[in-house]
Amino acid sequence: MRQEAIIQNIKVRSDKDLLEVIEKSKNRAYFTINKNILAQIARYLFNEEKARFITASGVDTRKAVEILYHFSIDEIGFIVTLRVILDKSSLEIDSLTPVVKCVEWIEMEMHEMLGVSFKGHPNLKHLLLKDDWPKGNYPLRRDQ
Amino acid sequence: MTRKIIPIGPYHPLQEEPEFFKLHVDGETVVDIDIEIGYNHRLIEKIAESKSFDQVTFLVERICGICSTSHPFAYVNAIDDLLGIQVPERALYIRTIIGELERIHSHLLWLGLAGHFLGYNTVWMWAWKYREPILDIFERVAGNRQNYAMMKPGGVRRDMFEEDFPWIKKTLKDLIPKFDMFKGAVMDDPVIHARTEGVGVLTKEDVHQYSVVGPTARASSVAIDIRRDDPYAAYDKVEWKVITHEGGDVYSKAVVRILELYESINIILQCLDKMPKGPIDSGIKDIPPGEGIGRHEAPRGEVIHYVMSDGGNSPARHKIRAPSYMNIASNKKAVVGETISDATIILAAVDPCYCCTERMAVVDYKTGRKLMDGQDLVRLSQEKTEKIKSKLGRR
Repeated sequence: MRQEAIIQNIKVRSDKDLLEVIEKSKNRAYFTINKNILAQIARYLFNEEKARFITASGVDTRKAVEILYHFSIDEIGFIVTLRVILDKSSLEIDSLTPVVKCVEWIEMEMHEMLGVSFKGHPNLKHLLLKDDWPKGNYPLRRDQ
Repeated sequence: MTRKIIPIGPYHPLQEEPEFFKLHVDGETVVDIDIEIGYNHRLIEKIAESKSFDQVTFLVERICGICSTSHPFAYVNAIDDLLGIQVPERALYIRTIIGELERIHSHLLWLGLAGHFLGYNTVWMWAWKYREPILDIFERVAGNRQNYAMMKPGGVRRDMFEEDFPWIKKTLKDLIPKFDMFKGAVMDDPVIHARTEGVGVLTKEDVHQYSVVGPTARASSVAIDIRRDDPYAAYDKVEWKVITHEGGDVYSKAVVRILELYESINIILQCLDKMPKGPIDSGIKDIPPGEGIGRHEAPRGEVIHYVMSDGGNSPARHKIRAPSYMNIASNKKAVVGETISDATIILAAVDPCYCCTERMAVVDYKTGRKLMDGQDLVRLSQEKTEKIKSKLGRR
């Protein structure tokens, strides 16, 4: 089955950087990976498997900030979620926009809502909040 | 020639998604576009964290006024996915009927507006007139013409009554000849062809790069439809087909939406026939820790909700993505290189929950002097249609 092949491919490509796999159901799989291989796995899904980028969910779990990148492989109705866990002391990650163009908006949104800084983003300004929103004030952070 | 900026938006009372497009124009040609959103940001994702799982259904119903059931539909799918439960079959059929009725009224609404922008005000009036019977069905089934409050995690909130079915079927069947008329008006009219064919094209590759969804993708012959690809509710229990069209232009988008009207009626009629008797709710009590992803093919494309529970009474995180979030960004591709008089219909073609053209104004970049306002731009678009009509010798 193609689902299994994709899961296997991600496992092989991420190797030691794969921290956890949850196969929630036939059509939902979550991979927790180290941030250094995010671009590589995203490139595999987007370019080789022709996956569609759905969106990314930024979550403040109090201990850390998690970013979940959801990709859909529409032919089989399969959602692959790549989870990256960022330590609160350094909320910084490489931007995925150079790899997947349509990540641009959601990265801007996570930047203003959670204070994550995306290195290499072409236009990291406010998307939803007004331009004079107080600096360092992040609506979706739970420690503020 | 002076490079000018045309601001479109951001506010209009009819828009539930205010957007601000800045068209950079060189003479008549659009050379670039800036898109700004967030004018009506309500932080619903944050509010959801302070509501109980049951209350969130009502909260997300208020995200969109036109496709109000799309968000609750995706949300209940997410909760069902989190729990891994089987929803009673009758509830699945009722959910499907509500989802499809909404698609019909939403597509008719768009068709009317598209007609208006092109100078076909009769199409506008008729499309909205034939939207009324659909709202009547909603009123009979749910008690409301909008915000139906039918969805509930694990089932539906209200049952449908068998004695209403013959009337619902007749109302829907009576609409088919009206849809034939719209189909003829769009597909056989040389003027509409001239105004919409080859205008605002998105290629297959653009669809992938911008990850657009719904009719916007299907009009570029990309056959994606969550109802078929990741079946939920009763969509895998009835016969229907995914409508696609080649071209990727405004014309293709109109054709896809019109043909989908027939499929929606087809789905509802089958659901009414096949709906089994039985319970409509599985009586969910507690939501355990975990996460779920729910999707629904809304009239504008895939809506997705991600819900994370920590075992408490409300979601620990609730992420929502509406289809327009992806589709609007693709305007950057579709509108560049086109003329100002076509911009109106191109920006409206992705059906961004209403493209607010009355707020358009052409302003001289250097002096800031207003040259044209929204009415002038709609007039420009309508005059172009008139010119083509007289060239083709039609009235």
